[in-house]
Amino acid sequence: MSDTQTFVAIIGLTVVTVITRGFFLLSAREWSLPPWLTHGLRYAPLAALAAIVAPEVLLSNGALIGDWKDPRLLAAVAATAYFWWQRGILGTIVVGTVVLLAAKIGFGL
Amino acid sequence: MTAVLEQRDEFRRGMRDIVEPSFGISAWALVTGVAMIKSGMSVPLATFMMLAVYAGSAQLAALPLMVAGAPLWVVWATAFCMNLRFVIFSAHWRKYFGHLPRAKRLALMYLAADLNYVLFLRRFPTPEPSPEQLPYFLGSVFWSWLSWQIPGLIGIALADRVPTEWDLGFAGVLALLGLAYSTLSGRNSWIAALVAAAAAVLAFHLPLKLNIVVAIAIGVVVGMLLDRLWPNRAEAGH
Repeated sequence: MSDTQTFVAIIGLTVVTVITRGFFLLSAREWSLPPWLTHGLRYAPLAALAAIVAPEVLLSNGALIGDWKDPRLLAAVAATAYFWWQRGILGTIVVGTVVLLAAKIGFGL
Repeated sequence: MTAVLEQRDEFRRGMRDIVEPSFGISAWALVTGVAMIKSGMSVPLATFMMLAVYAGSAQLAALPLMVAGAPLWVVWATAFCMNLRFVIFSAHWRKYFGHLPRAKRLALMYLAADLNYVLFLRRFPTPEPSPEQLPYFLGSVFWSWLSWQIPGLIGIALADRVPTEWDLGFAGVLALLGLAYSTLSGRNSWIAALVAAAAAVLAFHLPLKLNIVVAIAIGVVVGMLLDRLWPNRAEAGH
């Protein structure tokens, strides 16, 4: 993106913050979403997270990573192991980043 | 006079309640600051994004899309999905702040992040307005705003000194990965997430980063269908 496009993107993202956080306070009238929609929307953040993360971890230049010794893959595996062991997001970030840096700097992968 | 004192006490209490959990926010902000710079954004734009958008996971999710040059609507729609939980929260906030003038209530809501919501509802479980709520809220958002922005700006400043080859921006993806795991609850959410992940990888070569949009839509539909056809045991009785 050019700087101008990035600027416009940021303005829009700010508007998204205001609209989502204030959603039911935008209108003076009280109203609500139909229950089936509220229920379905519970899956949207999870689906968005999975959709963003998976290609970042599994693909390199648009192709599946062929080598298990890929720093990003190793970092994601370590982060995953830590999360299911301790359940903390903070530790997950730290462990994954340490493994990433070790692979990159220590082992030159 | 006593009213003023009470107001000040509530402001302090709002701050005090959020000090400890805010360390998590600060670490997240540091990662976000680094990730923005490492995605190639200039320092002024990253600073602007940090100060203005004020929504961590939406910011991080938007980055890979902006790097790939996705169309604006895809960036915004993805951020909207990341923020959908706030739409649900806002229905609760309405019961406390719905009577305020629109500009004021929207300004308050702009500042209301996840932790503020959780702590506020713990402090005021009864959904009706009372005079202590506004000072408590302001104390809470004042502290969380600072604990987000200061480390975020430090992250931006530090990232400029870290070599790009270290790929530190990936810490942002790891943050999203941890968030995804903590969002999983029940078999159907696992299946929906795996299907969305697979769809995003398989549809990667679609133009305009549409793989993200397609994957979100498929994930949501699969989750809804599964809940109808094969409810999780915990929900089966509902």
